[in-house]
Amino acid sequence: MAENGIGVAVRRKEDRRFITGAGRYTDDINRPDQLYAYILRSPLAHARINAIETAAALAAPGVVAVFTGADMAADGVGGLPCGWGVANKDGSPMVEPTHPCMVVDRVRYVGDQVATVLARTRAAAKDAAELIEVDYEELPSVTDIHSATADDAPLVWDEAPGNVCYDWAIGDARAVDAAFEKADRVVSIDVVNNRLIPNAMEPRAAIGEYDEATGDYTLYTTSQNPHVIRLLMGAYVLGIPEHKLRVVAPDVGGGFGSKIFHYAEEAIVTWAAKRVGRPVKWTADRSESFISDAHGRDHVSHAELALSDEGDFLALRVRTRANLGAYLSTFAPSVPTYLYATLLAGTYKTPAIYAEVKSVFTNTVPVDAYRGAGRPEASYLLERLVDKAARVTGIGPIELRRRNFIDPDSFPYQTPVALEYDTGDYDACLAKALEIADYAGFDRRRKESAERGKLRGIGIATYIEACGIAPSNVAGALGARAGLYEVGTIRVNPTGSVTVLTGSHSHGQGHETTFAQLVTEALGVDIDNVDVVHGDTAKIPFGMGTYGSRSLAVGGMALMAALDKVKAKSKKIAAHLLEASDEDIEFKDGKLTVAGTDRSVSFGEVALAAYVPHNYPLDILEPGLEETAFYDPKNFTFPAGCHIAEVEIDPDTGVTEVLNFVAADDFGRIVNPMIVEGQVHGGVVQGIGQALYEQCVYDPESGQLLTGSMMDYCMPKADNVPRLEVATNTTLCTHNALGVKGAGEAGAIGATPAVINAVVDALSGIGVDDVPIPATPERVWQAIRQAAA
Amino acid sequence: MTVTVSFVLNGEDVSVDVEPRTLLVEALRDRLRRTGTHVGCDTSQCGACVVHVDGRSVKSCSMLAVQAEGAEVVTIEGLAKGGRLHPMQEAFREHHGLQCGFCTPGMIMSALDLVSQNPDPDENQIRHWLEGNLCRCTGYQNIVRAIKAGAQAMRSA
Ligand code: FES
Ligand code: FES
Repeated sequence: MAENGIGVAVRRKEDRRFITGAGRYTDDINRPDQLYAYILRSPLAHARINAIETAAALAAPGVVAVFTGADMAADGVGGLPCGWGVANKDGSPMVEPTHPCMVVDRVRYVGDQVATVLARTRAAAKDAAELIEVDYEELPSVTDIHSATADDAPLVWDEAPGNVCYDWAIGDARAVDAAFEKADRVVSIDVVNNRLIPNAMEPRAAIGEYDEATGDYTLYTTSQNPHVIRLLMGAYVLGIPEHKLRVVAPDVGGGFGSKIFHYAEEAIVTWAAKRVGRPVKWTADRSESFISDAHGRDHVSHAELALSDEGDFLALRVRTRANLGAYLSTFAPSVPTYLYATLLAGTYKTPAIYAEVKSVFTNTVPVDAYRGAGRPEASYLLERLVDKAARVTGIGPIELRRRNFIDPDSFPYQTPVALEYDTGDYDACLAKALEIADYAGFDRRRKESAERGKLRGIGIATYIEACGIAPSNVAGALGARAGLYEVGTIRVNPTGSVTVLTGSHSHGQGHETTFAQLVTEALGVDIDNVDVVHGDTAKIPFGMGTYGSRSLAVGGMALMAALDKVKAKSKKIAAHLLEASDEDIEFKDGKLTVAGTDRSVSFGEVALAAYVPHNYPLDILEPGLEETAFYDPKNFTFPAGCHIAEVEIDPDTGVTEVLNFVAADDFGRIVNPMIVEGQVHGGVVQGIGQALYEQCVYDPESGQLLTGSMMDYCMPKADNVPRLEVATNTTLCTHNALGVKGAGEAGAIGATPAVINAVVDALSGIGVDDVPIPATPERVWQAIRQAAA
Repeated sequence: MTVTVSFVLNGEDVSVDVEPRTLLVEALRDRLRRTGTHVGCDTSQCGACVVHVDGRSVKSCSMLAVQAEGAEVVTIEGLAKGGRLHPMQEAFREHHGLQCGFCTPGMIMSALDLVSQNPDPDENQIRHWLEGNLCRCTGYQNIVRAIKAGAQAMRSA
C-alpha cells in the first residue's frame, strides 16, 4: 500500500482553505462593476397575472433595470428543460409543460419567479422590488397529492387532466396477481414519504458575466455539475454554444441533490448580464431557498406483500402517487420511477413485483432528487412492510429477512424490476449490525427503560441502492436525455507533479484527497504533488458531475482509465531510455525498472523526457504525458447494508430519543475510510431528520409554505442525535477495476426506516402499529392516546 | 446616508462606510472582503456567521455593523498566526470535522468561545453548546470529536 494510497485515512488536502476562511464559494466572488439581482417571487400559490407595473421600481435609487418574463420571451429565451422523459403505461409520453425562467401570465407556486430587479446594491434591489405592482387574479390551488387527484381538483396545467404528469408501471402484473391468489397470507401497509427541504448550508448563488469583445459568457454557480448546466442552459434556454459559455462551480457548500438541477436564476443572471453589459450577481436568502430549491420525496403509497405460511415472499404489489410540484425540475420524472420502483426488490428474492406510479402536478415548489432520490422512498416502503409482516406473522424481523435475502452465491441476480445486482452479502451486514448493536441484550435494556416509565424500541432496516447512475445506453433506454459517463484527465507536468482534471464535482465529498490517493497509488507521486481540479468547464474537458454516489465509481474509474494510459506510455518512454522492450518494464512505487535487473528510471525522469524529448522515440511516440479517458460503466453499483436504531420514547410527552444507531454497510473497496465514515454520519443524520424532525407543511387552503424558515423547519442539531457506530463489510463490485460502489447516499437511505421501525417497535406493546412520519412528539403522543382510548 | 464605523479587525484598525442598516456580517464580507464568515440563513439559526466581538462569540448577522464601533472583532481569518494553524483549526482537519466547509468557520469560532468558558467540555456539553450552529454535512459527530481534541490541545499548549 502506498503511503497515502488506497485504503489510507489521508487527512484532506482541501481542508486548509476551509478552516482558515479561504474557501471560495460563489457568493465570495465579486466581479468588477457588478450589479445585484433581486428576484420578485409569487406570493400566491396559483394566480393569473393581469399586469405587472415596474416603472416605480425602475425609478428607485440605485436601480439599473427591471425585467419580467415578457422581456425574456421577447428575446426568445427558452424554458428550463427536463432531462428525463417517462412514458405512460400505454406508451404515450408524459405531460411536459413549459417551465419559463420568469412567468408571463400565470404563477403556479409560492416562489415562482415574476420579475428581476438589478441595482447597485443588494439592498437597493430588494427595496425596489417592493415597488413592483403585480395585478394577480387568484386561482384555486392544490398542494398535496390527495387533493390534486380528487375528482374536482383545480388544474395546475390545463394540458394535464387530473393533474397527472404520467401514469407509469413496471413489472409483471399477471404474475403478481397469480402469486397473490396462491398466497397463504397478505400483509399490506399505507405509507407516506414526507416531503423534505434539502437546506444545504450554502444558499444557492449565481453570477453572470458577458464579454462584449469576444461574445463569451461566464456563469459562476453553486452547482454539482457545471458541464450539465452549460449543456442545458446553453442549448435549451439561452442558445449559447458551448465554446462561448464557461460555467464555473467553485467551492460549493453542500448539495444533497438540490444543486444538480438547472435553475431559472442561472439563466436570468447570464441573460441579464448581456442585456445590461455588466456582471449580475444573485444570492438566495435562506427564506428564498425554502421556496426555490427543489424539494425532495413526497410520496403516498399502498403496498401489499404476499407470503407463504413459512414466510417466503411470493409477490409484492405497490401503488405510489408522487408529488412533482408545479413544474418538472431537471430530473424529476426519473426519481419516483426508475430510481424508485426498480429498487423495490430490495435485498430480497421476491419473485414477482409490480409497481404503479402516478406522478402529479401541484401548486408547490418542484420536487426532484434529494440525497438518495427514489431509493430512500423504496427502502422506507419495503422495510416498513417487511417489519410489519415480521410482526403479524410472528416470525420476527431478523428471521423473516434472513429467510428472504438473496443468497451470496446467487449473483449476478436478476430482479423482477429490471436491475441485475452484481454482488453482495446482506446477511453479513445484518449479522455485523446485530452484533455491534448488542441486539441480544435489547430485552434487558427494554426492561430498564420500562422501569423508568419509558418505552424502548429497536428497529432494523436493510437497504440496497443502485449507484453510479449509468451505463449511458441503459439510462438512455429508460428515458435519460443525456449520457452518464464520466471524464478524467491525468496531466503529468514536466517535473513530475500531477494535475488531475475531473468531471466529478466536490461539494464536501473530499475528491481533492480521494482522487489524489488514486494517483499516488498508481504513479507513486507524493500526494502533495498531486492537485485535483474540478468545477470549471474552461479547464476540464467534459463531465457529468456528482450525484447518485457516482464520483468514485464512475469519476474515479475514468481517472483509473487515464492512469492506465499514462502508465502504458511511461513504460514505452522508459523502455527507450533503458534500451529495453516495453513488456519488460515494471512500474512500481514511482520507478520503472527492467524486470530482473537493477536498471531503472524514476517516474520524474520519464516525465521530463516526455516534455524535453531529446532522447526520445519521436518516430513512434508523441511527446508529452497527458491522458484523458471517458468511462461509461457496465452496470450500476449496488451498495447495501443494514442499519439498526434504538429509541426511547417518553409516553407522557411523545418525545423520541435515538439512543444508539449502528450502520453496517457494504461500499465495496474503500479508498479513504475517514471520508467514507463522514459520509455515513451525515447521511444517517439526514435520515434521522426525515424520521423525527423534518416536515414540510403547506397550508391546504392558501398554498403557502408554512415551514418556510429554519425556525419552522426543524433540522437535526448536534444534541438531537446520538453518537453513531459505523462499520463496513466488503464485497467488491465486480464490474469496475477498483471494486468500488459508492457511499454518499446510504446513510439517508437506511436510517429513516430503521428509526421508524424502532418507534413502532417501542409502541407495539401498547397497541400502536403505525406512526406518521416524521414521528414528532405531538404525533407520537396522539398515537399513544388513540391506542389507549 | 452612510456612517463610518471603526473597529479592530483581526488585530488591525479598520474603518468602513456603511448604511446604518448594514449588518456586521455584510460589512465584513462585502466591504472588508473577509469572506470566511458565511451567511447561511436569515433568521439567526445557522451560526455560519459566528465571529468574536470583544472575546465572545456573536452571530454577526444579528448585529449591526455600527454596533461594532470601537470593538475588537476576530474572524476565522484571524486565527492562524504566521501561517501556523490554531490548535482548534488543526483539530478540525485531523478529525475530519468538516466536509463542504460552509459551517466550519462558525463552528470553529463558536467552539473557541465554549473552550474559553469551559476548557474541558464533555461530549454532551459540546453538543448542547452547538445548538446555535447547524451543519448539514457531517452529522456533527466529527465536529464534536474535533472540538474535544481541540480543547485538549489548547489545554496542553
Ligand atoms: S447567518 Fe445564520 S445565524 Fe447568522
Ligand atoms: S461541513 Fe457542510 S455544512 Fe457543515
